[in-house]
Amino acid sequence: MKKINKNARSGFLNYGIVTAAFAAIQILLLVQKQVRVTLVSNTLQSLLVPACCYIVMAVSLNLTVGVLGELSLGHAGFMSLGAFSGIVASFLLADAVPFVPLRLALSMVVGAVFGALGGVIVGVPVLRLQGDYLAIVTLAFGQIIKNIIMVLYVGVDGKGFHVALSSDRFNLEPDGTAIIKGPMGAVGVQKLASFTAGFVLILITLLVVQNLVNSRSGRAIMALRDNRIAAESVGINTTKYKLMAFVTSAALAGAAGALFGLNYSSTVAAKFDFNTSILVLVFVVLGGLGSIRGSIIAAALLYVLPELLRQFDIAEYRMLIYAVVLILVMLATNNDRLKALVGRVIPGRKGAAANG
Amino acid sequence: MAEKKQFQKGKMVPVPSVSIIPERDLGKTPVLECSHLGIDFGGLTAVNEFNITVGRTEIAGLIGPNGAGKTTVFNLLTKVYQPTRGTILLDGMDTHGKTPAQINRMGVARTFQNIRLFNNLSVEDNVKIGLHNQERYSMFSGILRLPRYWRQEKAAHERALELLSIFDMQDLADHQAGSLPYGAQRRLEIVRALATNPSLLLLDEPAAGMNPSETAELMENIVKIRDTFQIAIMLIEHDMSLVMGICEGICVLNFGQIIAKGTAEEIQSNPVVIEAYLGKQQ
Repeated sequence: MKKINKNARSGFLNYGIVTAAFAAIQILLLVQKQVRVTLVSNTLQSLLVPACCYIVMAVSLNLTVGVLGELSLGHAGFMSLGAFSGIVASFLLADAVPFVPLRLALSMVVGAVFGALGGVIVGVPVLRLQGDYLAIVTLAFGQIIKNIIMVLYVGVDGKGFHVALSSDRFNLEPDGTAIIKGPMGAVGVQKLASFTAGFVLILITLLVVQNLVNSRSGRAIMALRDNRIAAESVGINTTKYKLMAFVTSAALAGAAGALFGLNYSSTVAAKFDFNTSILVLVFVVLGGLGSIRGSIIAAALLYVLPELLRQFDIAEYRMLIYAVVLILVMLATNNDRLKALVGRVIPGRKGAAANG
Repeated sequence: MAEKKQFQKGKMVPVPSVSIIPERDLGKTPVLECSHLGIDFGGLTAVNEFNITVGRTEIAGLIGPNGAGKTTVFNLLTKVYQPTRGTILLDGMDTHGKTPAQINRMGVARTFQNIRLFNNLSVEDNVKIGLHNQERYSMFSGILRLPRYWRQEKAAHERALELLSIFDMQDLADHQAGSLPYGAQRRLEIVRALATNPSLLLLDEPAAGMNPSETAELMENIVKIRDTFQIAIMLIEHDMSLVMGICEGICVLNFGQIIAKGTAEEIQSNPVVIEAYLGKQQ
């Protein structure tokens, strides 16, 4: 019989790992400033914020795929919604809220709200169905969002706020500013994002996901994953809890999207396409379905790895190496001998919970 | 509404062992009343004219040859299938158009013939999921870990262990449900069903795969559960020693029709029942 480790301890360990990694990188950056030695390259520094975003994306997708057990292929769609709504919010709030961290926080909240809204719109009709329908619809949803934002024009001028779905109908006054310009995406974005903000967002995501999983609602969600008929037989409202997991996941993706969008001076909708969704799904699957820590580590390593390979001579082989790493990780994590070895080295690890 | 009894540790309420099915709780509404219940699958009538009344603290048995429609009756009672005909009253209330989850909240809990546990979760979590509708805190108090969360989680933890102690399973609380031995999984399913605080418990072949001594223990426990929780229990079982030993009223089903109703002695001597099980005498 297998014992299940208590979840609380492993949850705290996740906060610890993230905080330690953040502190280590901050110290390196500080030392680098003092002694003028390159410890963290510029490439790596520029990857810090997006890496944080992808960690949040992976952890939030894990809520849908690992905890709820429904396959979603449109997670980047929610990220996209969050990114563009966050950019617009930060632009509109520029005068009202001059304090940058607060403006960034508010923009991320707006991103989360729009992500959640998208989650509700997709979730309400689809989550009543079972099987592959959710995957198909979320896949389509991601594409729809991408295509809508491709033709979306948003701007402000003296008369107020303008939204249009074609450049002809987008009659901005000459003194106005366009925030989103159709296929050109959002341009002239003030870069508000910082590594610290990314770190805080990861902590908030961990707090939300881990506390949700270890509560009454989280148990209901996992019950639906393990056995829907039995969950109904003990009085669990299927639609409500499926939607809860799905919308929470979408909201977190929206917040991550806002942070991502505010990290670059321009963002195009094509950035959040099907490949991005699959990329995040790969993080989740390789990190282990339902394993929060796995998602964090997989997202951090696998996002940074191909970018770092860029600077070596082997640049043209970088995607090949990436693929080989993916295959090796899959082989290693499914190897019973290796598992047994790990079990012998770290006692108590043998029957590790699916909820670590 | 029916009065819901809280389970109190070590407190056993003696039940006056009176007569059988409807006569038992005269003056009170019975916990379950089915009239003219039936379901068709396409052209096939799986269950027809199913009329039964179960008293408030009754142990009722539903028996019949394989394929008689016993599990279908359970699925109708819990609305896994919507009945084609007839009505089901729970505590005198109509259940038309209700979902399985709503039926559970109305006081019906069940186990399954092929065990359906939350296999990846711990034994304790399985029971806590049964307690789902008795814990009252929102998603936000859960995420923000408000005092309400801690209070109710502590209560749920204690209650879960208390419920597990019915079958002496409190030591297994941290084990993964899917890794338990078969018998323990069956018992856990009963505990989970009880956790939903039902007034009617439906057990689908609780003794399947158990040896005679385990079955004897299970019989004692079923009676103990009825006495402690003061609930009605309806069970499907092929083990005749169990059915004849503890059921106060027995209903025999064959080809979707009730062919006999009565006490154990009446059923055992009923020629129609003997014919259904053993065939016609040459």
